[in-house]
Amino acid sequence: MRIEFLYWQECPSHPEAMELLHEVLAERGAETEIEAREIRTQEEATATAFPGSPTIRVDGRDVDPAGAEAPPSLSCRIYRLTDGRVSPVPSRQQLEEALS
Amino acid sequence: MSVVETAPTFDLPGVDARSHTLEEYADAPVLVLVQSCNHCPYVLAWEGRINDLQREFADRGVRIVAVSSNDASAYPADSFEAMQEHARRAGYVIDYLYDESQDLARALGSERTPEAFVFDADRRLVYHGVVDDNREASLVTQHYLRDAIEAALAGETPPVTDTTPVGCTVKWRSA
Repeated sequence: MRIEFLYWQECPSHPEAMELLHEVLAERGAETEIEAREIRTQEEATATAFPGSPTIRVDGRDVDPAGAEAPPSLSCRIYRLTDGRVSPVPSRQQLEEALS
Repeated sequence: MSVVETAPTFDLPGVDARSHTLEEYADAPVLVLVQSCNHCPYVLAWEGRINDLQREFADRGVRIVAVSSNDASAYPADSFEAMQEHARRAGYVIDYLYDESQDLARALGSERTPEAFVFDADRRLVYHGVVDDNREASLVTQHYLRDAIEAALAGETPPVTDTTPVGCTVKWRSA
């Protein structure tokens, strides 16, 4: 399994998302390495189809496929949770489903 | 960047298609300026509570005014037209102004969205920072902005006068 973690330093949500990702992986007993990559420029955002920070992909598939359609941008990413709320980080459920 | 000490003057278009100035709010015993925008998830998490505070304090004359200064050329989701649509969809009862020149954001010393600035009747800054202590409404234990408004209405110093804003960065224009 390949896990990519793309982030933009100016958005404060990535440490929380990384911590949650580690928690979910630990609960599953997975020892998969997370490939973290900082996105620094709009050009990098475009080249990596980065819709905002953080973006997490499991085997190339975004943990929130609908949100991955947003234009590439150096911004904080909006995650829409199943209960209708918005969040700057994916939910535990989204990560669990992506990793299953 | 240090934040402002007294309310800066401004004359900015609002999403209601009218111009709004600092003088327009002269009768408000407390004026709250909130650096904001459309596309930030932190704004989306807190904007309902900000709107609710305006409703809660409206009959005591408090005015809460959101301001977007983001560079719309780089972030089209923050264009003036998008602001009008966002305010309509979100049911804003607060004024929402477009600071295209970014002069107000610079004068305030803003860094994040959302970021609140509370000014008393003399338009002195009495609180700066976050709305409360958790973006999840159900987990809030400290109501910094509400407490600051209450204190300012009573002519007192808020129990907490400064907190570190949490949110997206203001999107400055390239030099």
